[in-house]
Amino acid sequence: MKLSALQNNRRSNSFRGASLLDSSVDGSIKSPAAIFWLVLHGLCCLISLVLGFRFSRLVFFLLFSSSTTTPPINLFSTANSFTETLSLHTSPPPNLNLTPLIPQNGVVTSSGVVVGRHGILIRPWPHPNPNEVMKAHRIIERVQEEQRIQFGIKNPRTIIVVTPTYVRTFQTLHLTGVMHSLMLVPYDLVWILVEAGGKTNETASILGKSGLRSIIHIGFNQRMPSSWEERRKTENQMRLRALRVVRDQKLEGIVMFADDSNMHSMELFDEIQKLKYIGALSVGILVHSGNSDELSSVIVTQKKDEVVGAEDPSMPIQGPACNSSGQVVGWHTFNSLPYEGKSATYIDDKAPVLPSKLEWSGFVLNSRLLWKDAEDRPEWVKDLDAVDRNGEGFASPLFLLKDTSVVEPLGSCGRKVMLWWLRVEARADSKFPSGWIIDPPLEITIPAKRTPWPDAPPELPPDVKVVNVDEHVEKRPARTRSSRSKHRSKRKREAKLAADVSAKHSVEN
Amino acid sequence: MKSKGRGWTFPVLLFFVWGFQLGRSLQTERISGSAGDVLEDDPVGRLKVFVYELPSKYNKKILQKDPRCLAHMFAAEIFMHRFLLSSPVRTLNPEEADWFYTPVYTTCDLTPNGLPLPFKSPRMMRSAIQLISSNWPYWNRTEGADHFFVVPHDFGACFHYQEERAIERGILPLLQRATLVQTFGQRNHVCLKEGSITIPPYAPPQKMQAHLIPPDTPRSIFVYFRGLFYDVGNDPEGGYYARGARASVWENFKDNPLFDHSTEHPTTYYEDMQRAVFCLCPLGWAPWSPRLVEGVIFGCIPVIIADDIVLPFADAIPWEEIGVFVAEKDVPKLDTILTSTPPEVILRKQRLLANPSMKQAMLFPQPAQPGDAFHQVLNGLARKLPRDKSVYLKPGQKVLNWTGGPVGDLKPW
Repeated sequence: MKLSALQNNRRSNSFRGASLLDSSVDGSIKSPAAIFWLVLHGLCCLISLVLGFRFSRLVFFLLFSSSTTTPPINLFSTANSFTETLSLHTSPPPNLNLTPLIPQNGVVTSSGVVVGRHGILIRPWPHPNPNEVMKAHRIIERVQEEQRIQFGIKNPRTIIVVTPTYVRTFQTLHLTGVMHSLMLVPYDLVWILVEAGGKTNETASILGKSGLRSIIHIGFNQRMPSSWEERRKTENQMRLRALRVVRDQKLEGIVMFADDSNMHSMELFDEIQKLKYIGALSVGILVHSGNSDELSSVIVTQKKDEVVGAEDPSMPIQGPACNSSGQVVGWHTFNSLPYEGKSATYIDDKAPVLPSKLEWSGFVLNSRLLWKDAEDRPEWVKDLDAVDRNGEGFASPLFLLKDTSVVEPLGSCGRKVMLWWLRVEARADSKFPSGWIIDPPLEITIPAKRTPWPDAPPELPPDVKVVNVDEHVEKRPARTRSSRSKHRSKRKREAKLAADVSAKHSVEN
Repeated sequence: MKSKGRGWTFPVLLFFVWGFQLGRSLQTERISGSAGDVLEDDPVGRLKVFVYELPSKYNKKILQKDPRCLAHMFAAEIFMHRFLLSSPVRTLNPEEADWFYTPVYTTCDLTPNGLPLPFKSPRMMRSAIQLISSNWPYWNRTEGADHFFVVPHDFGACFHYQEERAIERGILPLLQRATLVQTFGQRNHVCLKEGSITIPPYAPPQKMQAHLIPPDTPRSIFVYFRGLFYDVGNDPEGGYYARGARASVWENFKDNPLFDHSTEHPTTYYEDMQRAVFCLCPLGWAPWSPRLVEGVIFGCIPVIIADDIVLPFADAIPWEEIGVFVAEKDVPKLDTILTSTPPEVILRKQRLLANPSMKQAMLFPQPAQPGDAFHQVLNGLARKLPRDKSVYLKPGQKVLNWTGGPVGDLKPW
């Protein structure tokens, strides 16, 4: 059994091995010392089989730890002793930090580089060092910065971001999103925030966390109206107010319109650096519906129209339409026909919120177009005050142009979508804790359903109504539903949202 | 007079400032090695090479039997022959030749897996040399001192893949005086002859060009490596393969997020190298590796873990300034070594790597282009000229031992 075990260890599938088992097997039959070692080895093999690792190496190392260079008991004629079974006592176990073994009659060249088996050097704690990781990240940042300098945009221009906003429940959500995107932009930035209803501390406290250096926070003396149509008009006026600031302060750079509920990708900011005068981008329109039945009905009608050749029911895009030579020949706009009569009128309606024909956020301008007396101002641009004579605003920057063929298509002619338009708002009367800080702490807590409470329903305070929510409703995956229904005081969800909602109600009441 | 002086200094100052800014904005740096600024030298006119006409059993027939030889790492021997046949340095008059080339493809006997078997190579080489020494007088004139041979296999002219066996065999006795062009290079090693020219292993240029990605793709991988750590078929325990260095890399850094290393063969290998800052080039069974060539082409700084290695064209390319050398005993500290490299040093190495003449010198393009590896070989040969007259033997003087070496080599091929 032992002999066969020895022979099984021969490497039969490669021609690189030089096994010397023949000579050693002969020797073992002849000398009792060799037989003793063979027996011991067999015992070690059996124990290793049981334990699952080669403990014999460890044992021998511990026993003979001072004599790593003792001559081998059995005869070896060359240094390449591939016999893993019989070489245990001369080769060090791989898991300890040792200097490489110099074989007894091994080939040592004069350079000190030795041919033969070497130890695998492992340091005492072979795990990443956080300081090294940080240093490596700094190196990577520096390399990427250099790459940007060499291959990226040369002489990047300042980006002037125009955002209309107003204080409402969802303002923190939206504004924080835009703010974080702007914080990541590697170019110089000027952020002009126009706030309907005048400057407030609420907005200022959100901005204070940004660390952005140039923020121009302007108050606009009208409150934001509660119908979408009116809101659009007010927003247009607010944007023009910001453009007047750009004109009066002679700000230099690229003007882009970042509505606070939109989503921007970082590539957008790299792409708009290619702008010359006025450019158009493709905007992905995310139209959600308050009621999923309506959404499915819309999709169904759209699918019917597909045969006729209407828009694909996948996400619609608003942006420039190019001909084969890359010039803007028309515009893709949102197909609002399927939503006829079903779109939201007031901000808290359950119906889908539709974009206007061409959103401002899909356009970028060179700030010099707005200046009063710039020498290199092209003649196809009209003066801002001339177009906006009575202060009512206009629906799109195209109105500033005498000739719309000068618009440059960006994002490989509108094929790449780098920003998305969305409008999600809470009910007009919904309240939220100021600065999203709950102070003083809440008094009433409702236990969660899944804690080990007794089965009897808990005593609820009289001002909170409990409504059995439809199980069917809970399973809907549409995320926007939860955002809208959170703030409805008349609906209450089970389990997880119960505590939060009721807590808010207690604050609101 | 005063105003004239002022008028003169201002434009000069402007010129210097402009020149300084121009230097700053240059993305590459000139490469000059120990032999000087020789990477872009033109060998035409500096030497003449005569190509022996050997029977096709030494070259064409071998290639016909196995055309895989054109694509593996040792294809340089075949492409060198083709280059020399149509090169302007070729001369048909052997009397005026400075160098003599023998086109024998010794590395083209492949296993089904594609690995070359060197067992017949010594006999093939002997047979070729016997042929040229009996048919032409030029071999006996110098006993091969003005001849060069391309032996790109693992251990060069020792003709064996296993290092101990190769050391035992030593360089083929008949090649003792010839110049060898080989990929293997390790200082103080039996198989590296004094005066050999080290070349890079063959890497297919079109294949690498096809996988280029835009240079503004940010480099986000810190250290990249794909390959074996343990050669399980031949050395399962580790310790023999790569002298334990690759196994040490795995054991020390397998959970380190900075090291992107595994044994997979991804299809995006070339693209990934272009997104990495450092590429490991550890030794395997032999110290050289095609990863060096790939790293240079893709701008990834090679981290060379092979003690005493001699890198290609070492006199023309200052490898210490381009790559990072890590001693095998320092592998456990590899992360410390790499992260403590100052960023300016890293950026400088990347600039040197971006030099197009550097990339060109590592490639064997077809057809040949100026500055490529073929021309670097010729430059290396040209730098050995003019020769000392003592290489020319007196009539009747014999230096080589025609019957030396293992008995098996003496059998005719």
